[in-house]
Amino acid sequence: MNKVIEEKANINVNQKTRETNGNQEGTVEKTNSIIEVNDLNLWYGSDQALYEVSMDVPQEQVTAIIGPSGCGKSTFLKTLNRMVEMVPIVKTSGSIKYRDQDIFSSKYKQEYLRTKVGMVFQKPNPFPKSVYDNVAYGPRIHGIKKKEVLDQIVEKSLKGAAIWDELKDRLHENAYGLSGGQQQRVCIARALAVEPDVILMDEPTSALDPISTAKVEELVQELKQKYSIIIVTHNMQQAARISDKTAFFLNGELIEFANTDDLFQNPQDKRTEDYITGRFG
Amino acid sequence: MLGQNEQSIKKRMEARVAANKVLMVLFGLATAVGLVFLVLLFYRVLTQGIGYLSLDYILNFPAPYPDKAGIYAGLIGSVFLMIIVATFSVIIGVATAIYLEEYAPQNKFTDFIRVNIQNLAGVPSIVFGLLGLTFFVYMFNFGYTLIAGGLTMALLILPVIVVAAQEAIRSVPAEIKEASYGMGATKWQTIARVILPASIPGILTGAIIALSRAIGETAPLIIVGAATAIYSLPNSLLAKYTVMPIQIYNWTGRPQEEWQYVAGAGIIVLLAVLLLMNSIAVLIRNKYQRRL
Repeated sequence: MNKVIEEKANINVNQKTRETNGNQEGTVEKTNSIIEVNDLNLWYGSDQALYEVSMDVPQEQVTAIIGPSGCGKSTFLKTLNRMVEMVPIVKTSGSIKYRDQDIFSSKYKQEYLRTKVGMVFQKPNPFPKSVYDNVAYGPRIHGIKKKEVLDQIVEKSLKGAAIWDELKDRLHENAYGLSGGQQQRVCIARALAVEPDVILMDEPTSALDPISTAKVEELVQELKQKYSIIIVTHNMQQAARISDKTAFFLNGELIEFANTDDLFQNPQDKRTEDYITGRFG
Repeated sequence: MLGQNEQSIKKRMEARVAANKVLMVLFGLATAVGLVFLVLLFYRVLTQGIGYLSLDYILNFPAPYPDKAGIYAGLIGSVFLMIIVATFSVIIGVATAIYLEEYAPQNKFTDFIRVNIQNLAGVPSIVFGLLGLTFFVYMFNFGYTLIAGGLTMALLILPVIVVAAQEAIRSVPAEIKEASYGMGATKWQTIARVILPASIPGILTGAIIALSRAIGETAPLIIVGAATAIYSLPNSLLAKYTVMPIQIYNWTGRPQEEWQYVAGAGIIVLLAVLLLMNSIAVLIRNKYQRRL
């Protein structure tokens, strides 16, 4: 919550110096997209945090979102599974379609959306329960009770998050006793256990040491075989290393969205170039 | 480092250190005032009451003679009353706290309710007695019965439980709530599986402390008609009853000196029950707080 408020404050300051120009979505070749965002605007109360964002998120690829603090990248990510609405004063306009269905439609249940669009958070946030109960949480809330089925899901998810070998003998220990990197991978396993299509990651390595970060990055590479991943990161090298496409946000606008190599080597917009060459942010 | 000011700084330092010592003694004395009176209270109650305290005293009904009188009716009456009070106040109190913290929209109206629940916690208990008399004794026609007394006391401590439960619920980290919502859990699933398990130690501690306030209350029960001498245990919700503080109050009002000792023994039993309840609260808090 604090983060949201912080971003809001930043946006306030930035609003005055905003340049007026349309979105330049760069050059993205057509692939199958799993999420289509059209003309998305978002306000916290009377402060606008996102301006006319349009973006097609490709299927089974890693999409990185970069930009300076307060540019709206976390807000954008949280809009994709409607977690942003946990702040009561949020208003949105425009549309987001997940598999051609409007997620803002009143018939569309946000509980269903979140089983399909899972999330991994900035700070590892396991429940104060055992590793097993953490991973089994999702299946259980969706009504799976049989022990054998849960056992299978837990094993598969922990394997999917590349942490089964480390933890298979510690399944019934409290997850709070694990290292930060292990906790974050348990959180990834927990998200996988619900069997989503899309995984949103909000700076998942910012609280981790370099070795744990490398493990999570490796994991992201494996996961993209089966999942579409959208990852917000402060770290441009990380975006360059692990993503297929990169979106650059500034002051609530999507400035440029292109293949990662193109965006970093040949940015189309001056502001993108300034940012990736370290002239601000 | 201090250069030419060193002399004057040294001088002032002595004064500062001395002031610190004086204040330490003063604060210690303030603490001692409380302690001394507590010790005096224990000493007086114990020396006066211990002679009359025995198994017979605990298991006897009140009697016209001091050496035959016992607190059994009051003790069991208090226990029954607390069961009723706990059932109603904890269920309604926790449900209220869940609504206010998790479901209610944040607006002026709910802010108003929140502030006033805190105010209610400070309303004198005699006022709740009058409320109980109006509603439970007369309007619902329960008469001077266990259920009327229990519901009155439940109302009395309800605000305290609501506030304690609200604080416990609010202290659950937002991150783990987000984790639950992020997997498609509904609000109720998140409350039942994440929020309540994490906040139950706080809720229980608050509830037990509120109950130990209720077990010592006398004023509202005098108004809703707890009996002062009763020779049977309550056998239904609509039975007559008495509780320990009322029994003790009654004994202290009698002219013969022996009754003061009987009352003293009653106070020991009451304090023992209170102490027991508070230690359970502390145990629960210690056991669960280490886990989070």
